[in-house]
Parts: sequence; structure tokens; C-alpha cells
Amino acid sequence: MIYWDIFVAFFIPGIVGYGGGPASIPLVENEVVGRFGWMSVNEFSEMLAMANALPGPIATKMAGYIGFQQGGVVGAFVGVFATVAPSLVLMIVLLSLLNRFKNSPKVKKMTALIRPTIAILLGVMAFQFFASSYEGAGLVQTIFLIVASFVLMEKMNVHPAFVIVGALAYGAVFLG
Amino acid sequence: MQQWHLFLAFFRVGMLGYGGGPSSIPLVHKEVVEKYKWMNDDEFADILALGNSLPGPIATKMAGYIGHRVAGITGMLNAVLATIVPTITIMIFLLTFLSTFREKAWVQGMTQAVVPVVGVMLAVLTYDFFRKAQGNLGWILTIALTVASFVFIEIAGVHPGIVIGCLLLYALLKPTRTDKKDSGSRKEPSS
Repeated sequence: MIYWDIFVAFFIPGIVGYGGGPASIPLVENEVVGRFGWMSVNEFSEMLAMANALPGPIATKMAGYIGFQQGGVVGAFVGVFATVAPSLVLMIVLLSLLNRFKNSPKVKKMTALIRPTIAILLGVMAFQFFASSYEGAGLVQTIFLIVASFVLMEKMNVHPAFVIVGALAYGAVFLG
Repeated sequence: MQQWHLFLAFFRVGMLGYGGGPSSIPLVHKEVVEKYKWMNDDEFADILALGNSLPGPIATKMAGYIGHRVAGITGMLNAVLATIVPTITIMIFLLTFLSTFREKAWVQGMTQAVVPVVGVMLAVLTYDFFRKAQGNLGWILTIALTVASFVFIEIAGVHPGIVIGCLLLYALLKPTRTDKKDSGSRKEPSS
């Protein structure tokens, strides 16, 4: 039952992904690449690059695209619904209750406690991406692209969308 | 008219917010507080604090709640759809276009070149999360949790959702001595 699978794949990241969309990236990868095998690491990174280059929330772009790929328009709807609805309903229903606790150290501690776990998930993903690039494009190109994109994004503050467009152009010309 | 304004406000937020949900927060503030004056700064801060303490993407939680407050269920649907539909559509078209030409050498080159760039983005995000965790929890707890997460998820193969769920439960159930003092100093919601 593909729609049920899509729902599960995005419901879990939506409900355990504290800290907004980016925190849910490795959780989505875990479901989509690891559990259901809908995409390879390479396809996932291609999609993530595209999602990062486009505006708007990242979690729903991933859910919409992967849902569409697996189950057409209905699949896209199911993926987005599973991402958005549970947390939105919680937000509206629990508003009055949580208002009382929003500055409580417990709630703050919840976000803080899971940060190392999310960091590990992100770090492992970064490593997978580097390893897959090393296999595909070779060591020299991989190191060049890593250094160039790091300097551009982090040192010169070039917008990631431009860096991704630049990398796409570089790849089309020099790695094609 | 209200619905049209809601649509415009969150359409702009969705189309201009590069870098995922968190980067769109100032844009939401600009539309909701400054332009349409649906709420004041304090109310906005309350909603943001609440949104951050719940799981899931932040942009859609804000759009949904604000839409609901301004114009009921229809407003909620309107605001959420305006935030996400335009960019999802562009994404599907672009990626479908790319995969049609998957066999072409230049498309494969593009795919290869973009992988390390995304790797760098993730590595930077990893560093951000570590630094924030260290600021909040201190070195010892951060390192302990990092090692434990790595062992459970990568070596023992436990689902990350279970690991995160356990940590959240622990944070909820563990008694904290500062509870009373801190909750006394906070501001009551104005609504």
C-alpha cells in the first residue's frame, strides 16, 4: 500500500523533527533511502540540492516531490499532509496549554537534548555524500568542489542557490 | 478580501524564503505584524516560541496557526497551501525535466558536481547543531549524547525516531529544580 508507506515515511520526520525543516532532512533520508529504498543516496542528494536552490520550506518540498514520484498527485498530497498536519493540529489544539509552559526549562531542554542526535545524523549524511562523490567524480574533483563551495558559502557568504547553480554548470561542462 | 491578503502574505513568504523554514520567520513577521497588522510583536513572539517547542516544519505551523486565527479553517488551508504549493510545483517540474535527460552525459556531470556541495551544506549544519548543543548542554553531555546516538543509530541500527523519542520523554519526565523559579518570571499571554 504505497500511500500508507508515503504517509509513514513523512509522518515520522514530521513528528520527531524538532527544530524546523532542516532537522528533518536526515530523518527523511532514513525513511526514503534506508527503509523504503525509493531513492539512492545520489538521487537523494540531487533532490536535496534542488530543494535547497529553490525557495520555500524544505520539508514540504521533499515530501511533495518524493510523494509525487512514488504515488503521483495523490502521493504528493499524502506526503505533504503527513508532514504538515500532525504538527499543525498539535499547534492549534495545544496552544492554550503550551502557552503556560513555553518558557519552562523542560521544553527548552527537549530541543537542546536532541541536537547531538540530529548532528550525528547530519554528519553521517555529509560523509555519505562525500563518499558517493569520491566514487563518482574522483578524489581531485571532489576535494576541489568541497573547498570551492565551502569558501564561497561560508567565507564569502554567496547564497547557496548561486553556488548550486554554479556547481550544476561546472558539472555539465567539466564532468559530462 | 481577508483570504486574498492571507494568500498574498504567505505566497510571498514561500517564494522568498530561501534556506528552509527557519529563514522564512522574519518574512512572516514582516507580512503578519508590519504589513497586515494581524497581531502585535508580543503575540508573534508567543506564537514563534510555541511553534519552536513543537515538532515539525516551522513555516507551515506558523502559516496554519495564523491563517486559522485570521480567517478560520478556510484561512488555515489557504495560508498553508500558499506557503508550499508554488515551490513544490516548481520542484516537481525541474526534477522531472532533469530525470528525462538522465542518460545524457552533461546531466550526469551536473548530478556529480552537486553532491559534494550538498555534503558541505550538511557538514556546516552538523557543526551548527554541535555548537548550539555545546552552548546549551556543555561539553560532557554533548559528547556523551553524540557518542550514544552514533552507537544506537549507526551501529545498533535503532530507528532515529525512537532515540529522539526517548530523549524527549527523558526531558519531560526528569524533575528539574529550576522549574518553579523560571515559570514565575515568564510573561502571561496577552490574549
